[in-house]
Amino acid sequence: MRELMVRAMYCEMLGYEADFVYIHAIKLAQQGTVLEKRVGISIFLKQNMYYLQDLQSTNLIEVCMALTVVSQIFPKDMIPAILPLVEEKLSHPKEIIRRKAVLALYKFYLIAPNQVQHIHGKFRKALCDKDPGVMMSSLHIYLQMIKENPASYKDLTGSFVTILRQVVGGKLPLDFNYHSVPAPWLQIQLLRILSLLGREDQSMSELMYDVLDESLRRAEMNHNITYAILYECVKAIYTIHPKAELLEKAARCIGNFVLSPKINLKYLGLKALTYVVQHDANLALQHQMTIIECLDHSDLIIKRETLELLFRITNAQNVTIIVEKMLGFLRLCNDDYTIIDLVGKVAELAEKYPFTIWFIQTMNVVFSLGGDLMQPDLPSNFLRLFADGSESEEQDRQLKLYAVDSYLAVLKGDCSHLPQRFLQVISWVLGEYSCLKEDVDQQEVIRLLKKLLEQRGVSSETRSWALSALTKLCKGPGYAELALELAESLSSSLDTVLRQQAHELCLLSQDSQLHARVLPHPAPSDNLEVDSSLSFLDGFVSDALAAGAAPYKPPHQRQEELSQQRALSLEPYGLSLPVTMSSCTLTDRQSPTFLSMSSDLSVLCVCSANTLMLEGVKRVWGKDGYIPQKEPSLTPAAVDEPSDVVQSPDQQGAAETSLPEPEPEPPQLDQEKQQLASSLFVGLGSQNSMSLLGKTEVAVPRFRRKARQHESASTSGTSESSSNSSHSSRSTTDSFLYGGLLEEEPATPIQNSYHTLNSTSENEGAATVSAKEDKQANSSQILGKSIVSQRNCSKSLPVAFPHSSDSMVLQLPSELQELPHSDVVSLTSDPHLSVSCCRVFREDALLLVLLLFNPTETALRDVAVELSCEEPLMLNTEEYGKLWLSISNDVKQNLKLLTGGGDPLRATLNALKDSLQLHIVDIIGSEGIVACHLLRGGPCLMHCRVHGASLAVWLRSPLPSLPDCLLYHCQRALQEH
Amino acid sequence: MIKAILIFNNHGKPRLSKFYEHYSEDTEQQIIRETFHLVSKRDENVCNFLEGGMLIDGSDNKLIYRHYATLYFVFCVDSSESELGILDLIQVFVETLDKCFENVCELDLIFHVDKVHNILAEMVMGGMVLETNMNEIITQVDAQNKMEKSEAGIAGAPARAVSAVKNMNLPEMPKNINIGDISIKVPNLPSFK
Repeated sequence: MRELMVRAMYCEMLGYEADFVYIHAIKLAQQGTVLEKRVGISIFLKQNMYYLQDLQSTNLIEVCMALTVVSQIFPKDMIPAILPLVEEKLSHPKEIIRRKAVLALYKFYLIAPNQVQHIHGKFRKALCDKDPGVMMSSLHIYLQMIKENPASYKDLTGSFVTILRQVVGGKLPLDFNYHSVPAPWLQIQLLRILSLLGREDQSMSELMYDVLDESLRRAEMNHNITYAILYECVKAIYTIHPKAELLEKAARCIGNFVLSPKINLKYLGLKALTYVVQHDANLALQHQMTIIECLDHSDLIIKRETLELLFRITNAQNVTIIVEKMLGFLRLCNDDYTIIDLVGKVAELAEKYPFTIWFIQTMNVVFSLGGDLMQPDLPSNFLRLFADGSESEEQDRQLKLYAVDSYLAVLKGDCSHLPQRFLQVISWVLGEYSCLKEDVDQQEVIRLLKKLLEQRGVSSETRSWALSALTKLCKGPGYAELALELAESLSSSLDTVLRQQAHELCLLSQDSQLHARVLPHPAPSDNLEVDSSLSFLDGFVSDALAAGAAPYKPPHQRQEELSQQRALSLEPYGLSLPVTMSSCTLTDRQSPTFLSMSSDLSVLCVCSANTLMLEGVKRVWGKDGYIPQKEPSLTPAAVDEPSDVVQSPDQQGAAETSLPEPEPEPPQLDQEKQQLASSLFVGLGSQNSMSLLGKTEVAVPRFRRKARQHESASTSGTSESSSNSSHSSRSTTDSFLYGGLLEEEPATPIQNSYHTLNSTSENEGAATVSAKEDKQANSSQILGKSIVSQRNCSKSLPVAFPHSSDSMVLQLPSELQELPHSDVVSLTSDPHLSVSCCRVFREDALLLVLLLFNPTETALRDVAVELSCEEPLMLNTEEYGKLWLSISNDVKQNLKLLTGGGDPLRATLNALKDSLQLHIVDIIGSEGIVACHLLRGGPCLMHCRVHGASLAVWLRSPLPSLPDCLLYHCQRALQEH
Repeated sequence: MIKAILIFNNHGKPRLSKFYEHYSEDTEQQIIRETFHLVSKRDENVCNFLEGGMLIDGSDNKLIYRHYATLYFVFCVDSSESELGILDLIQVFVETLDKCFENVCELDLIFHVDKVHNILAEMVMGGMVLETNMNEIITQVDAQNKMEKSEAGIAGAPARAVSAVKNMNLPEMPKNINIGDISIKVPNLPSFK
């Protein structure tokens, strides 16, 4: 039997099916002698099987084997059954068992972290085990846990440092030496843990400096494994809070790596450089000639790593040459993964410097090389940048003309081999902008697009892009015939999207007025407004109702009715709740589902009523043809100068020669290489020690959006995100926005400003206060606006405070002072603290700057500021009833009930009341009513009913988006409980 | 964490495969094939690390391999492992095999699959490095062997297993076993000192 098993195992490894032996393997493992067991077990180690009986065995080897099985692949739901057994093994007298048990527990932790939460204490015990092997295994667990949450293990830093010091000092038994290096793997593990703990934490880092220095010094021996330790050391040193002396040593180490003739070390050196260059760009300068050599290295892996390094040091001056190198590599390589990766990087670099001919050229190469492998958001990003245009009209125009020209040239050639994505981009650009070019005959463009449309091997998605472009171009009566012809040929197409578009084309080409309205030219760069409440269908609906159709019930209502009819609802109620219109609006606010929704809409509209729909919905192109211009969350802080940093290629040449070449001059060097080096490393000025990343961001504006008037800039987000706002209600929210947020904000009650005073020896009265503006972000969401961009949520602004306390001239930080801002208004003060407030209007956001001033001589620590925009609405039940009936916007949703002591409904509502400042009006039986309102804004009423294990909530408010927001916060608040 | 350990020969025939995550049979074979494809293309004088994680899900995977005579030893690991550390782990593994089989060769791996698996289980457990000390590993393996023998009594079984496997009719096996050049030079690697 045993031999058969071995044979079966071998067969399986060679790729033959051997499923039939599994059952025999189990039998063998259960019954046989140890010898037979081992074979049986090693077979079904591969499979998802488990067994427990041996864990209780007294035989050492059997337990060992059982633990090995357990740590292999283990089904999640079996863990509770086996956990106590494994846990018990943690205190086994034999260290090998303890060690395996620890690893098995680690495996459980990876599979289901919450199931082993209760034994974290035992992990600590394992860490302090007298056997170093057990301690070593427990480091696996700690590495993982610290990676997830470094903050909660800071207290262990001291122990880890001590352990490392002992290891480095050779205190371990000689058994642990490997090539006379004490426990190298243990050292590597420890160094990783330390670097995680010391990241951005000065006090922790200070604990480590000594031991890091020590291990650097000890690891001078010339063996492979010592290099491994050195590499980890260097990484740790650059990760933790920097110390000049150590950095210098680490830099020297990296130098040794990079210059090493051993290829593996060179690779690691490049990796380390890539990592380090973010902190210190000068290091790359020192090694630039080596880097150039690596660029021509025969090993592709080394080459890729070098490009990665170059990618990190790209700036405005060397971007052209670096991208050129990358594209060169891209042409050579044929590995899918590398292509995707590199294409993404090239595009990222190119997008930093748009609006040049170079940009178009690069992107064209990227599209044709990257083909259909690239990330799908690349083409749409490109088109968005392209459509948004740059500052100057003229430049914009030139660019578009250039693009149109180049694409026409591409299409005239043989385009059968071009990737689909590229063809799609070409179609869109031609459709939008080919009319800018007067000297090109439109007929020619149309002919080319038609050719594309009819070409074989073009996917239907591309076809629909091309057809959209044709639709845009076919205006005026002259094209009616062509349109008819196209529509005819496509109306029998199997693809419904194409058919629909052909139909549209047909209609639009007949009515030029409609065409002009549906497809205004140039394409509007502001957001198209989608009337997602489908109000334009009202007439249709009322007609249908008049004709006797049943009124529409929203899905949740239907569900409710259904569940009432059924006595026993088996399904969990909340889960099956389909996405309703209103919950769409909830997600729209942050997510791109907006797109898909609107495209659905267009399809819906087209199907239902062809001419009717065109009035309401302006125009939404096919699947992803339409690119909504969302306010990007990435817009850099207001950039005032136009993007003239990006130079055209010839200017760049001039810049190259005029710039001082920073590298030292080795006597005999290939002229060419040197030139390459100078162009690659240009701009990495040797005098600045500033972090490179920071520098590029400051120096190079990513791009500047077209200046929009202030109004639209701040409300455009609104019209898009709060999608079902009809005109009237939006104006109320607008007035609320301006009236409420801008005027009333100073009156915002500061509900909780507690501060602990920590007197330290000396203080200038200047404190950097980190104002947690959490609540503010919440309130802005409640307003349904994306006015305050989320990234400002918590920010610490160094504020220059005057020294003397009596002349209270509070100043804004300099970077904000240029922006339009309101006066600084004092909100509240007490002897220890005074709070003032100022609003700063940025292009993409409204900043609320809180100035906290401490007139006393003591230092302030831990000031927590809580802002709130909503407050309880005091109502009684009758008023509530009246108000309820007068409000129309409603949303229904199911929430989780808090299970705890006492009445679950009351507990849940109280929890909501505490965290969200709601007012509980009344609780009647299993129902409760709750009210709140925005500061000087609309009320929101909430009606809750206990429904099985969940809470059915019905919200009403005159502000359309308020219920959604409130619901969202309710969910969050309940989750936190 | 170590995702997989593969050993195959110069022709791409698997000699040992161990996956620490669950994949279907087909995926496993696919992974072996692709890994071989990647690794065999590389010259002797290039680095021993490969990146590009289309193979086993997740992009931060690395392949770390060593080539000894006719065999490739490939470890597929994620970013939490140190490259050079794994490289030396391979060395430890091979040295251990060498010690256990006394001048290990490709045939040993074929005829003693179970033994190799046992050794590996002592070194790497569930994807984590358990033991890196060669002597310690050998002690464990020996202890198990001793126990087996005491239970089995007559140690005829292994010999029978060997003869059985030898007589197996696997179509491609005889082609690849060319005893002439299979001796693996294990210790004292020239390039790694």
